[in-house]
Amino acid sequence: MNMARNDLLLPRRALVGGIATLGGLALAGCSDELPPTYGNILRIGDDFTYRAQRMLLPRNALVRQFDHADITSMPAIGTTNPGNAKEPGFSTEFGEAYDRLRKDDFAGWRLEVAGLVARPGAYSLADLKALPARTQITRHTCEEGWSAIAEWTGAPLAALLSAAGMLPNARYVNFHAYDEVVDNIDLVDALHPQTILAYGMNGRDLPPGHGAPARVRVETQLGYKSIKFLRRIEVVEKFDDFGKKGNIQNGWSWYAGI
Amino acid sequence: MSETPIRPLAGSASRGHAPWVRLVHWLIVVVVLTLAYSGVVILMAHPRLYWGWSGNDLTKPLIELPLGRNYRHSGWDAAIAFFDDPKGAVSQVRTYDIFNQNGWARSLHFLVAWLLVAALAIFGAASLFTGHLRRDLLPKGEELHAKAFWSYVRDHLVLRITPAKGGPPYGVLQKLAYLGVVFIALPVMVLTGLSMSPAVAAGWPWLPGLFGGTQSARTIHFVFLCLIALFLIVHVLMVFLSGFGRQMRAMSWGK
Repeated sequence: MNMARNDLLLPRRALVGGIATLGGLALAGCSDELPPTYGNILRIGDDFTYRAQRMLLPRNALVRQFDHADITSMPAIGTTNPGNAKEPGFSTEFGEAYDRLRKDDFAGWRLEVAGLVARPGAYSLADLKALPARTQITRHTCEEGWSAIAEWTGAPLAALLSAAGMLPNARYVNFHAYDEVVDNIDLVDALHPQTILAYGMNGRDLPPGHGAPARVRVETQLGYKSIKFLRRIEVVEKFDDFGKKGNIQNGWSWYAGI
Repeated sequence: MSETPIRPLAGSASRGHAPWVRLVHWLIVVVVLTLAYSGVVILMAHPRLYWGWSGNDLTKPLIELPLGRNYRHSGWDAAIAFFDDPKGAVSQVRTYDIFNQNGWARSLHFLVAWLLVAALAIFGAASLFTGHLRRDLLPKGEELHAKAFWSYVRDHLVLRITPAKGGPPYGVLQKLAYLGVVFIALPVMVLTGLSMSPAVAAGWPWLPGLFGGTQSARTIHFVFLCLIALFLIVHVLMVFLSGFGRQMRAMSWGK
């Protein structure tokens, strides 16, 4: 009886398995969890684009690096001073702290590194500068439609994650900023050689309008993923859309490699 | 002058439009109109066009389009030079709250762009395999002979339009217009669109390179939008002039 049932079930199981495998192939590389869509067709499209780009594009290809003569002017938009109570991202908790740090040239600034790392800690600017530095002249692509070329100097995020001992179950890197911006990227972008924690711009300290004292540069995505005014980095396994504070629930694509 | 211009539509019975042609036609109508709408909304966030790899409010544009309230807005703090040269690159804080609906507009644009890619792939493959491309779309040698061609053009310029039969055979201008839109303009839109993507530019740098840079690709994307809009206007005008009801029935239900 049992055996007969198994015999009947096996071909069907094989069929289901086969279909699942085919589906898996069609959406290759996607055993990974996808960002939530809340049934919104636009977010479903965003996830499709994310999946397609991860499947079709070479993952560690470098973005074009330009010459010093190619550097252009660059508007500073969004939050340009988290310590200014008149700016939209201002919070009493972090805005006042930012203002104090800024007045002291960020000597007291610490980047908190937490989550799935063997050695959680707090990194000063000197600690970041002690990591192998990378300087790159790249194009910042603003989602509004403009672009600017600038020279960025910083520590590769991969170097920091390696120094902190990222654990094998890590899947995403979350960024928290002093202007209350919070966002995350997957490990493909986090470990990309040109993804750096930039503390220098065009040969000088990163100016306040562009994210002082340190911002992330995610060169393979639109500018809004390059979070300014970093406060805390968290390595996690589970995708977090940060609810009402995140892009997805505010009607913006989480993946901006587009 | 010849009094008997070639009019391939006159007198020849039409085979009507194949079902897949009708399906792909209306899919492309919905897709292109949605892309144009969302695309213009995206353009309104930054109605300036450039040439090369970069361009922004602080650099010289190729053209500025008087489109929406972001056109030539003046909300900027004083410029701060990046280098010792005061005439060199600068940073300026923007104080103007710009019009920006790109959240939904861009996601809608890409969602529908996937459908455009699918529609073009279906049309390309089906037109090749069914013979639609060879039989109905590629101009015959004699249609391109100067005398016949120009007399055909002249007929159109004076709006001497033959009543439609509702489907192929098409006139030579029709053939060239359809070929141009499906095999040149819409693929160029897809490729220039992809060129603007930072991830695509990283993975396939030759693609934006083909258009002279990502901002050039954005400008070409806009120029081809204008060409497609021009095609659309002429196409709809011709549908009216050649018999609106007959043409709409033919494209919707066959003959």
